[in-house]
Amino acid sequence: MAAETKAARRPVIAVLPRVSQALTTFFMWLIVGGVGLVLLGNLIKTPAQFLSVMLLGITFGAIYALVALGYTLVYGIIELINFAHGDVFMWGTMVSVTVAAHWLGLNGSQPGWETTLGCLVTLVFAMTFCGTLNVVIERFAYRPLRNAPKLSPLITAIGVSFMLQNAALLVYSPQEQGVGPIFPTNTLFTLGGVPYEAKSLLVVLITIPVLAVLTYLVRSTRQGKAMRAVAQDTEAARMMGIDVNRTIAYTFALGGVLAGAAGMLFVMYQTTTRYDLGFQLGLFAFTAAVLGGIGNLPGAALGALLIGLIQAFNEGLGWHMPGSDWTQSMIFSILILVLVFRPQGLLGEQVADRA
Amino acid sequence: MSGAWHDLRSNVRGSTPPWVRRYLLPAVGLALLIFYPQITSNLVSGSATWIQFIPAMSTMVKMVVFTIMALGLNVVVGYAGLLDLGYVAFYAAGAYIAGWFATQQFTPHNINFFAPTVPSTLEGIHISVWLLLIVAAVFAATLGILIGLPTLRLRGDYLAIVTLGFGEIIPQAVNNGDNWFGHNITNGPNGLTPIDQFGFGYTIHNAAPFLPANYGREFNLDYYYYWTALALLGFTLFCCIRLRDSRLGRAWVAIREDEIAASAMGIPLMRTKTLAYAIGAFFGGMAGCYYAVYKSSTFPGDFSLNISIFILCMVILGGMGNVWGVMLGGFVLAYLNFQGLGAIGNQFNSTFGTNLNVGTYQYGIFGSVIVAMMLLRPQGLIPGKRRALELEVGVHDQSLFDVEHDEGPV
Repeated sequence: MAAETKAARRPVIAVLPRVSQALTTFFMWLIVGGVGLVLLGNLIKTPAQFLSVMLLGITFGAIYALVALGYTLVYGIIELINFAHGDVFMWGTMVSVTVAAHWLGLNGSQPGWETTLGCLVTLVFAMTFCGTLNVVIERFAYRPLRNAPKLSPLITAIGVSFMLQNAALLVYSPQEQGVGPIFPTNTLFTLGGVPYEAKSLLVVLITIPVLAVLTYLVRSTRQGKAMRAVAQDTEAARMMGIDVNRTIAYTFALGGVLAGAAGMLFVMYQTTTRYDLGFQLGLFAFTAAVLGGIGNLPGAALGALLIGLIQAFNEGLGWHMPGSDWTQSMIFSILILVLVFRPQGLLGEQVADRA
Repeated sequence: MSGAWHDLRSNVRGSTPPWVRRYLLPAVGLALLIFYPQITSNLVSGSATWIQFIPAMSTMVKMVVFTIMALGLNVVVGYAGLLDLGYVAFYAAGAYIAGWFATQQFTPHNINFFAPTVPSTLEGIHISVWLLLIVAAVFAATLGILIGLPTLRLRGDYLAIVTLGFGEIIPQAVNNGDNWFGHNITNGPNGLTPIDQFGFGYTIHNAAPFLPANYGREFNLDYYYYWTALALLGFTLFCCIRLRDSRLGRAWVAIREDEIAASAMGIPLMRTKTLAYAIGAFFGGMAGCYYAVYKSSTFPGDFSLNISIFILCMVILGGMGNVWGVMLGGFVLAYLNFQGLGAIGNQFNSTFGTNLNVGTYQYGIFGSVIVAMMLLRPQGLIPGKRRALELEVGVHDQSLFDVEHDEGPV
């Protein structure tokens, strides 16, 4: 009884959080249920189109996965949301255009082995470039702030992101940069009137070995062990003789390499890129990392797959879908809902103080 | 470095009588600000190349308006330590309040409520823009509470991301607002224009001729907008200073410094943080409404993430938490953005014969400013006393307040 009177006398604004929490939880399940129903409806009405859009989503998801892993690796080790990562990815697309179209002159008309070799050279170059770029950023922008208040490196990362974007604007002009149809565009099969092109499959086929190598590097090498140790407890790792700065630089290098690969695949798939595309795609990838559970590598891949599917379904399906005008809002709503209700993500562990 | 600077500062301080610092300098500064239009109106007619560096009146209006927003963001970021990357949402809220209730958007409904600057025959909803300033501020504050309640439980970088998400969703929702379930609410990418102008109406104008009846009809349009903005800035500044020294302000600082300790001392975290959001949003909405009326239009394209970062940059450059620093940062960056960079670019191009459009790279330049400030002078140009002490003197070994010798608590 006494407790009740006390609760009744509470100021309104103190009670509001609980009410709003209950309400929003209700709305969250309403949204999840609604989305499920709409997807089911689409599946029943146009099953073939549903499947082909799903295949497209897997291709998007593969590219997002490569970028999302860069976010999650860096967050796992120094708890920094590396806003500049999306722009490192954008630079990956840009140097891929430079190498493939301008230096090697690839445009899809060369014989198969020549194109394959050229693509490999482009891939390796983009990966090296972005890895180096990321390490340089870490060295000069983030390392001096290692012991600063937590928000300082975050704000710095935003600044770096703008710098990278404007550097690309300076070098590559505001026009779209493009490559020819280098990846094969022949139709493998047609499902529900939508052709499935070979390049969609190729993106997935290149992504899988890259992810496998990453898993090997993190799980089974000495350096990977050091990474996991630093992520778990930096101070203890230092006392055990691990060179923390080198390990962090190595992590940034890995993230950059993945972003470079993603950039190359993206530009070969889409054939165009622009100086300002990195930030938004980076945020989508970050959402993927959060959805899967930030700091968790398989989680990032899973989250990226889901985000890719959501984007494809939203833009490709016709029945009661908001359409591409709302993609950005949908993905950011997912980001907000996940952060508010399940900050540990789908696969992440309970990390109370990180949220 | 800081030692020599400190000595110089205390020397200067010691040699000037206190009344100069306390009354004369502020009075001179205020007079300069108020009579700025008259002072510069003679200069503008000249043709020397340096004239282009003198802030034009339209630049001054924008500088003052963005400084108000920076002061509002300072309440959230500087006082309470909550990084908000979606502040532009409140600016948008304010601007669209002006857009909805002072244009012909909702044409079949004809309402004219104390709007002296529009003929009563004009269609659409026309509510007095003076009133709308308050409505916009309150609406933005409500939006701040609504956004804040579910998200403020998050800390630090997660909160930053969530606010960034809201900052991206709201412009897109506005952009798609020409078809919300078949209703044209925001007129989509075409924006809402023209918005009614400020003005006191002819009754007041005839009684007190220095109060213009309709800003839009005045020859010195920008002058009146500038003075009104200055008055709003004064109001904001007053509120910010009073808030800083209030019980609530000290609670914000306590949360910024150590959330757990603050909570243990009995500060209600959620309520205090939500209030910081609401009050920051209040000024953002007010300034947004004012700016929309000044431009007489509002477009979804005005509310990109860049604007949030731009305002954040002002707060960081000036010195988080210190109103004077934030004002300096706001004036400097807004000046650079709206006029200075273009002028510098022109001068640079004519001197070196290049053809560089410096304005295009404004955000690259602001990004560099952010990075440089974070690396070299994280406390900002004019840091708050408390923050300067933390960063330079160190707080662990000595007390902030020596009861026997100090003048008072910092």
